[in-house]
Amino acid sequence: MGKVMLAVKNLKTKYVTRLQEDVYAVDGVSLQIEEGKSLGVAGESGCGKSTLALSLMGYYFPPLSYIGGDIVIDGKNISGMKPDEVRKNILGREIAYIPQAAMNALNPTRKVIRFIEDVLHAHDPKMAKKDIYDLARERFGVLGLPEEVLEKYAVELSGGMKQRTVIAISTILSPKVLIADEPSSALDVTSQKMVIRMMRDLMEKGYIRSMLFITHELPLLYNVTDDIMVMYAGQIIERGTAKEMVFDPLHPYTKGLMGSIIVPEEGVRETKLAAIPGTPPNLKHPPSGCRFASRCKYAAPACMGMEIPDIEMPNGRMYRCLMSERKIREVYQNG
Amino acid sequence: MGDNRAECLRGKGVTKVFGMGNKKTVAVDHVDFDFREGEIVSIVGESGSGKTTLSKMLLGLTGVTEGEIFFQGRRRDIGSTKKKREYWKGIQAIFQDPFSSYNMFGKIDTVLLDCIRMRHKGKLPYEEKFKMMEEACRFVNLEFKELTNKYPFELSGGQMQRLMIARIFLLKPKILLADEPTSMIDACSRSTILDMLLKLRDEVKMTVIFITHDIGLAYYISDKVYIMERGRFVESGSAQDCILHPKAAYTRRLISDVPKIYEEWDLSTV
Amino acid sequence: MKHTLKNIFHSPKFVAGFVIFCGMLLFTVLYPLFVTADPLEMVGQGNFFKPGTYVSVKDSVNAPSYRLNITVKDGNPDSLLTDAYKADMQDWLVRFGGVSEEEIQAAADGGLVELWLEKYDAQTAQEGLLATKKRQIARMDGEIRNLAEDVDLILAKENENGELEETATVNSGQYINVKDVVNQRTLLLGTDNFGRDVMTELVQATGTSLRIGLIAGVVATLIGLTLGLVSGYVGGAVDDFIMFIANLFTVIPSFVMLILITYSIGQAARGVTLIAVVIGFTSWTWTCRSVRSQVISLRNRDHVNLSRLSGHSMPRIVLTDILPYVASYVVMALILQISSGILAEAQLSMLGLGPSTTSTATLGQMMNWATMYAAHLNGAWWAYFPVVFVIAMISFSLSLMNMGLDQVFNPTLRD
Repeated sequence: MGKVMLAVKNLKTKYVTRLQEDVYAVDGVSLQIEEGKSLGVAGESGCGKSTLALSLMGYYFPPLSYIGGDIVIDGKNISGMKPDEVRKNILGREIAYIPQAAMNALNPTRKVIRFIEDVLHAHDPKMAKKDIYDLARERFGVLGLPEEVLEKYAVELSGGMKQRTVIAISTILSPKVLIADEPSSALDVTSQKMVIRMMRDLMEKGYIRSMLFITHELPLLYNVTDDIMVMYAGQIIERGTAKEMVFDPLHPYTKGLMGSIIVPEEGVRETKLAAIPGTPPNLKHPPSGCRFASRCKYAAPACMGMEIPDIEMPNGRMYRCLMSERKIREVYQNG
Repeated sequence: MGDNRAECLRGKGVTKVFGMGNKKTVAVDHVDFDFREGEIVSIVGESGSGKTTLSKMLLGLTGVTEGEIFFQGRRRDIGSTKKKREYWKGIQAIFQDPFSSYNMFGKIDTVLLDCIRMRHKGKLPYEEKFKMMEEACRFVNLEFKELTNKYPFELSGGQMQRLMIARIFLLKPKILLADEPTSMIDACSRSTILDMLLKLRDEVKMTVIFITHDIGLAYYISDKVYIMERGRFVESGSAQDCILHPKAAYTRRLISDVPKIYEEWDLSTV
Repeated sequence: MKHTLKNIFHSPKFVAGFVIFCGMLLFTVLYPLFVTADPLEMVGQGNFFKPGTYVSVKDSVNAPSYRLNITVKDGNPDSLLTDAYKADMQDWLVRFGGVSEEEIQAAADGGLVELWLEKYDAQTAQEGLLATKKRQIARMDGEIRNLAEDVDLILAKENENGELEETATVNSGQYINVKDVVNQRTLLLGTDNFGRDVMTELVQATGTSLRIGLIAGVVATLIGLTLGLVSGYVGGAVDDFIMFIANLFTVIPSFVMLILITYSIGQAARGVTLIAVVIGFTSWTWTCRSVRSQVISLRNRDHVNLSRLSGHSMPRIVLTDILPYVASYVVMALILQISSGILAEAQLSMLGLGPSTTSTATLGQMMNWATMYAAHLNGAWWAYFPVVFVIAMISFSLSLMNMGLDQVFNPTLRD
């Protein structure tokens, strides 16, 4: 078992809407990523996965606010830090964040190399220009980005290229954890593939030591991450290795999600897609008991009444359902 | 397959050129197509391949620079506003972004009542209209009672897109043009939308033109596939043939760019 | 709609601006109900009377008087002296009166007047003093002697024989209560060069200027909105033509238009409404431009395309699918147009091109008069400062409202 890079325990955060209502978007999330491993987070839109990404950075400003829980990065607890301290010492060095629209973050009037200078100078103000260029050139070379990009302005780059450039810039300090929130969803399939490949290269070359990848595209997670977590209504409801999660889902919600996978491979046309009925609960007033119960076709009266415990299996798998593993397999077999 | 079905929409040498002189761009370059009644046809291509321009031309929202389009065997004539209105009774659309597809100042009822008014000229009693709206909502697994008097932006993206399909169900056009209807919503709602398009084909015998950049979706849903690269069709045929046994290099690249589940996804070929 | 209104009134900036603006509006409406005097009546004979309460001298003599034991003699006469007088007196006494600094210091708390009366002599050779200063000091001496002397004033009138007959004596211990004086008038802001009450005139001018702003704003917004919608939605040659006209209007300054209009219709016809319409007519271009650019981006939105596919007519699409989306912007533009209309009137009037009317005043005209009669050189701050303040407050409140609306409609600008 490797060194734990990111450990989160019972993290709770909320954000406030325009009408001053509290939305409990991350409600008791625990997770752990070891060195050299990647973890995927899947879920519908509105399940809190983007809020989770923002919360993990420990950088809270309105409308997002922290309620409780621990975020430990490589043994250092950042959950109690002031935003200023987090910005100075944690962001970029310990943890890097790439949102979906990261490519729009590049100021179009500056050359790419200037951003790299900024990042490196914030880290070490005395760093020589030559060293900066050498480091940038080397990193770009390894990640398969053309060197000319360094001397270009953002407007001269295509969307996919911009996104890859931003990823290269934000990981230049070799952070311990990379949090990627739908980094490829706004791109076409070819650029998406390049972004994914770059993320894999970053992991393989050891430039980032662990990764949290958030997306609703399950085939993508299956190909990129080692483990997958499924998030529903602000909580983690199932966790397992990518293979287990896709081919042997336990939680009825995960089962539903996996039923919506569409890939251009033989046999897909013949499968009937199993859509999940209903809508996710409102996180302003989360329901008691199992949050999925109202949409679950296997729900029993007990599901609504009590807090559902996490069932931890010996192989590291976890799911949050009242049914036992055997029972689950039985009901799935019978359809 | 499909060739014995009645002709629905056919194009010959359809071209669209933007700009003039040095700034001339050919968005759609002499494409030929033949869509038959009651089938789902996918047009697959990357952004910039001209598929959206083609869809606007099919809808008659932009003019055709060159070439001809035949609607139900006859040359399409949309010269006047009146003729356009007549044409739009036969062809309708669902667009990419559900959030911008609605007039945010109108209620859901307005959207649906508008469709009823368009199809049924003259006065219908409200009970009848209500019944039609209920039926349409049921078709897309929505409850009209919960939607009435609400605004579209109170719904989720998936629900909005389903409401768009309810609108199509009320209008019952010959052809539905769906321009990337699933690209802005998450994977879970996506399968629902695709199923509803299949249902439209099977139950209402509608011809669906499905425009997408995701070849996986095209494979799942369509009977016939047209692969579009830089304004031209590089490959066409049945979905099985085109996607499981692609001939054109472009098709092969598109397929290799999509993540796989059952086979290894080869990341080295970028 | 209700929700938007609620949001708007939750914005502190908008509410602050709204309260200031409505307060001013209410004041212009209510003030004439209480003060019914004609705003342009020439109250004063002569120009620029200081703000204050004016009482009739004749009536104050006839008013019942009271003897109070605070006479000029009993009190400290030094307290009646201004600091400038004191400084001059001390300076003179040290230089020419042969009084030492210590004595002056000792007299600072009282007795300075006595010291002065004892030492001052106009015949002293005052070397090093300018003639004007000498005369000024002699004048000052007269005043001080008057103050110091306790002489009763005798009021007299002629009898049949042409002789003066004493009717009353007024001594320094005699006081009257201001409330007992029958005729008095409070001129809160004094009078202007024509002797008009500035306060009443200002209130009326504010009302007129607001009316000009409102008419100009509505005219400009209506023209701009209509042309912008048509030009943006229809496009093509119509767009080119409208933009040509808009460009034409941008380069014609409104006062050139006004001079031309004055020549063609005559000075007398140049009333408040006409000026307002002309201002509106020359300032619609940027509303038109921005509405047009917004419409162009809205024209290709999916909901407009869907509306076209539903077979709706062009006017209906423009009114139901496009207008509501630009409405919030148009309201903000209207507010800015009102504010700039008021400023435009002030500018025109300063140049003497404002409404030519003797029946009403406008803020710009008041500024114009104050400048022409050199109020700022006379130190008559009350003739121009309140006008400037009102103009500033109107612009300020309207900009505040605009900023508040901006924050509500563009949430990204918040905080």
